[in-house]
Amino acid sequence: MARYSSLIDAVGGTPLVGLPRLSPSETVRLWAKLEDRNPTGSVKDRPALAMVARAEADGLLRPGCTVIEPTSGNTGISLAMVCRIKGYRLICVMPENTSQERRLLLRAYGAQIISTPAAGGSNAAVAMAKELAADHPDWVMLYQYGNPENAAAHYLTTGPELLADLPTITHFVAGLGTTGTLMGAGRYLREKVPDVAVIAAEPRYGEMVYGLRNLDEGFVPELYDPSVLTSRFSVGPEDAVRRTRELLEVEGIFAGISTGAILHAALGMAAKAVREGVQADIAFIVCDGGWKYLSTGVYEAGDDASAASGLEGQLWA
Amino acid sequence: MSVSVSVPTILRPVTKGEKTVSAEGSTLAEVITDLDSRYSGLGDRLITNGALHRFVNIYVNDEDVRFTGGLDTTVGEGDNVTILPAVAGG
Repeated sequence: MARYSSLIDAVGGTPLVGLPRLSPSETVRLWAKLEDRNPTGSVKDRPALAMVARAEADGLLRPGCTVIEPTSGNTGISLAMVCRIKGYRLICVMPENTSQERRLLLRAYGAQIISTPAAGGSNAAVAMAKELAADHPDWVMLYQYGNPENAAAHYLTTGPELLADLPTITHFVAGLGTTGTLMGAGRYLREKVPDVAVIAAEPRYGEMVYGLRNLDEGFVPELYDPSVLTSRFSVGPEDAVRRTRELLEVEGIFAGISTGAILHAALGMAAKAVREGVQADIAFIVCDGGWKYLSTGVYEAGDDASAASGLEGQLWA
Repeated sequence: MSVSVSVPTILRPVTKGEKTVSAEGSTLAEVITDLDSRYSGLGDRLITNGALHRFVNIYVNDEDVRFTGGLDTTVGEGDNVTILPAVAGG
């Protein structure tokens, strides 16, 4: 590592590590990009910093301003760090069914939390944040779901880092939430690497999270462009938990649960490459470490199904 | 071909409360047609102007059908079809 003049200068530049024991062969290899090595421990430090920097450059954010953002946790924590350093007040609008650790961390950073009903999932948080922002024109909503700087951060940093560390990359696998990581890094890799596969792993939550009143309340992030993706998989809590535990047990990587979902899709791609007899270098994102999910009990003994039951009703990605 | 279809809460009023229903067909379009013959109105909820509703995601064995041929996606005996409304992540 190197020396940085402040914490926010230390965002990005994360290691890419091989997974020799989980990789199926010498020619089909898995690589983990450790985004938990960012200052607040998640991949969201990249878009948070980029969105704030742009808002400052555009003159929207001035000292003493209030920032409001809908978030299920990690973006909020990243923004809380950036806002703390730069002197902004932060309000996070967050579904109530998110882990206790996320709330504790946000409060530690001095952020204010407004909770929205579990049944509405992130949709309700997005809707309420939009309402509050409309009622308070002096507040600045960065809006990670539609802010081009979210994807741009990954286009300018995550993508180039991956290619520099793994010029033979054949697959890029990441989680689909705001879609920023996949849109940004995926677009970059597609421009530079002919035939690279860009794979989305989308968390499938418990039923309650999909409790909309009607289909027209559905939500697709404005950033989403399906033409960037090669395929998109829905990964349920049991598969996500099983892979999270496998990553810890086999390779010693203590990751959060969304990473397990991503690894599940990455292993599916690896198995396919083995079946087809082709060489593959599959890079995937470790979104965050497991620290914020310890209270869910998924890392403790018991079978994967009972461990996954601790996630019922939670927004675990 | 008989497949198992998982129905989200929001559509269960149409499937008489059933959470999982079985259906016949060799493509997703045929599966939906078969379902609509027994659960009237389901097709209209899933398909608008010949394409999947913007806020409906359908997965065959966990893979999003928009990347596997859409309504023409082939299904096989015992496949799992999952219908979900599109919700925000992040």
